[in-house]
Amino acid sequence: MIETEQLGKRYGAFDAVAGVDLRVVPGQVLALLGPNGAGKTTTMRMIAGYLRPTSGVARVCGHDVVRAPVRARRALGYLPDGAPAYGESSVAEFLAFAARVRGLRGVSGARRMDEMVERLELQPVLAQTIDTLSKGYRRRVCLAQALLHDPPALMLDEPTDGLDPNQQREVHALIRAMARDRAIIVSTHALDEVRAICNRVAILARGRLCAEGTPAELERQSRYHRAVSFRAPASALACELIGRLPEVDSVVTDPVDGRVTVFPREGQQVFGPVTRLLEAQRVRVDELQLERGRLEDVFRRVTADATDLASAA
Amino acid sequence: MLGARVKVACVDDKDSMARVTAAATLESHGRPFAGVFLRELHGYLVTPVAWLFSVIFLLAAGALTFYLGAFFERGQADLDPFFRFHPWLYLVLVPALAMRLWAEERRSGTLELLLTLPIHAWQAVLAKFLAAWAFIGCALALTFPMWLTVNYLGQPDNGVILASYIGSFLMAGAFLAISECLSVLTRSQVIAFILALAVCFLFLVAGDPLVQQPLLALGSQRIAGALSELSLLTHFQAIARGVLDFGDVAFFVLTIVFWLAANVLILDARRGG
Repeated sequence: MIETEQLGKRYGAFDAVAGVDLRVVPGQVLALLGPNGAGKTTTMRMIAGYLRPTSGVARVCGHDVVRAPVRARRALGYLPDGAPAYGESSVAEFLAFAARVRGLRGVSGARRMDEMVERLELQPVLAQTIDTLSKGYRRRVCLAQALLHDPPALMLDEPTDGLDPNQQREVHALIRAMARDRAIIVSTHALDEVRAICNRVAILARGRLCAEGTPAELERQSRYHRAVSFRAPASALACELIGRLPEVDSVVTDPVDGRVTVFPREGQQVFGPVTRLLEAQRVRVDELQLERGRLEDVFRRVTADATDLASAA
Repeated sequence: MLGARVKVACVDDKDSMARVTAAATLESHGRPFAGVFLRELHGYLVTPVAWLFSVIFLLAAGALTFYLGAFFERGQADLDPFFRFHPWLYLVLVPALAMRLWAEERRSGTLELLLTLPIHAWQAVLAKFLAAWAFIGCALALTFPMWLTVNYLGQPDNGVILASYIGSFLMAGAFLAISECLSVLTRSQVIAFILALAVCFLFLVAGDPLVQQPLLALGSQRIAGALSELSLLTHFQAIARGVLDFGDVAFFVLTIVFWLAANVLILDARRGG
C-alpha cells in the first residue's frame, strides 16, 4: 500500500507539491497525470525517499518514508524519471548489483533475475554495456531493476517512454499481471496507457490534486460523456433537425473527417432520439457510437482550471 | 550475525517460511553495503581512469625516487626518497580518482537510483570510500619492487619502511575522504577536481610558511598554531620517520571520519533541497 497525507514540498516561496492525499491499495494501479512541472516527479521522489517532504507524510506498506526510510524503500520498486543506470556496467552486472543490494541471493535470486530478463526480453543485451543500449532497452533494464525483488509496492515514472508499440504492450501486460496483489503508481503522459492498465486516475496541476477517481468516473465528467457521434455522408439536414431536439445541447461536425458529435444537455440522454431521427430521415449512417467520455477532455479542463485559479490568485 | 542465522535455521521445518524471511532480514544489513562496495570496486577495473591512475602513480613514484630523490647517489639503504614524494603524487592523483564518485552520479541521475535503494546514506558513502581506498592500497602495494630493491642493495630498517607504507596509505585515505566529500557538492567532475585539489593542498601545507606567515602577519597566533596541527604533511613525516605514534594515526583516522561524516550530512541535506 502506498499512501500520502497532505504531502507537500516547498522550495522557498514556491509550492512544487501542496497537500497531496493519495491512497493506493493492493490491486490498484493509479495513473498520476498532469502537465509537465505539475509535481508528478517530485511527488514520486518524496514517496521513494529521494527528496524529503516539507510537510505531510508518505507511507509505503505502513513504513513512514522519513522515519523508517530503509524499510519503506525495501518494500518499494522504483523506476526513476529518465531510467538512470550505471552506464559503464553491463546489463548483467547492473542487475546483479541491484539484486545484491536488494538482498537477493542464491538460487531464488538467480531464478528471479532470469525471470525478469525473460519477461523484459533482455537476453540479447545481457553482456552489453548500458551506455551502448537503445532508449527502449535502457528503460527496460531500469524497469527490471525495479521489479527484481518482487516488491509489494511499485512506482514507475513514465515506464513506456521511448518504447515501441510492441514493447509498450509487453510492459502493459507485465504491469497488469503484477497489479493483482500490488499497489502501483504510474506516471504518464499517454492517456491510452491509462485505459490499458490503470483502474484509478489522479490528475495533478501546479502541485495540487485536481481530480481523482476511476477512469470511468473521470470520463463521466467529460463533455463527451453520453454524447453520440456518427459518420453519415449526407446528413446536413438531419444535423439541423438534431440540433433542434430538446435533449441536445449542441452539434459539432469535425472539419477533418466529417464526424458529427451530438452533445446532450445536462442529465439528458440523446442516443434514442438521435437514432430515431436518423432512421426517420432515412440517413445512411456509416458509424454510430455512444461516447463514454474522454480523459483528454477532462485532463484539459481540469488542468486549465487550476492554471486559471493560480493566475487569478 | 552468523550465529543468529544458525539459530533461526534450527527452528522446526514447519516454520520454513518464517525462517526464509528471518534470514533475509538478518542478512539484509550487510549486503546493501557489499553491493555498493563491489560495484564500485568493479568500476575501477573497467574504467580507464583507474588504470591510468595506477600506471601514472607507479611510473611517477619510480621516476621521482630515482631522479629527484637521488636514490642511488645518496648511498643510503632506505626508502625516504620514495616516500618523500607521495604527498605530492596523491595531491594530484587522489582528487582525480575521487572526482567522479558523486559528481558523476549526480550528472547521470544514478544518484536517485542509489539513494532510493534500501541503503543508508552512510553505507553508500563508506562503501565508495573503502572501494577507492582499497584500490589505492593495491596501487601502493604494487610499489613492492622498491622495497625488494633496497633490501637487495643494503640492510634498510624494514620497520621504518612498514611505518612509512602505513603512513602513506593513511594519508591517501585522508585525501580521498576530502575529495569524496567535495565531489558531492557539484555535478561537474572538473569543479570537483579543482575544489578537491585546492582543499587538499591547503591541508597538506597547513604547517608550511606559505600558510603560516600570512596568518602570523595577521596576528592570529592561535589560528596559525591550530592550523599547523592539521597539516597532513607534518603528521605523515612523523610517521615516515618510523615512529608510528598513536596521535599521528588518530589524526588521520579522525580526518577521514570527519570528512566522511560531512559527506553523509551533505548528501542527506540534499534530500531536503
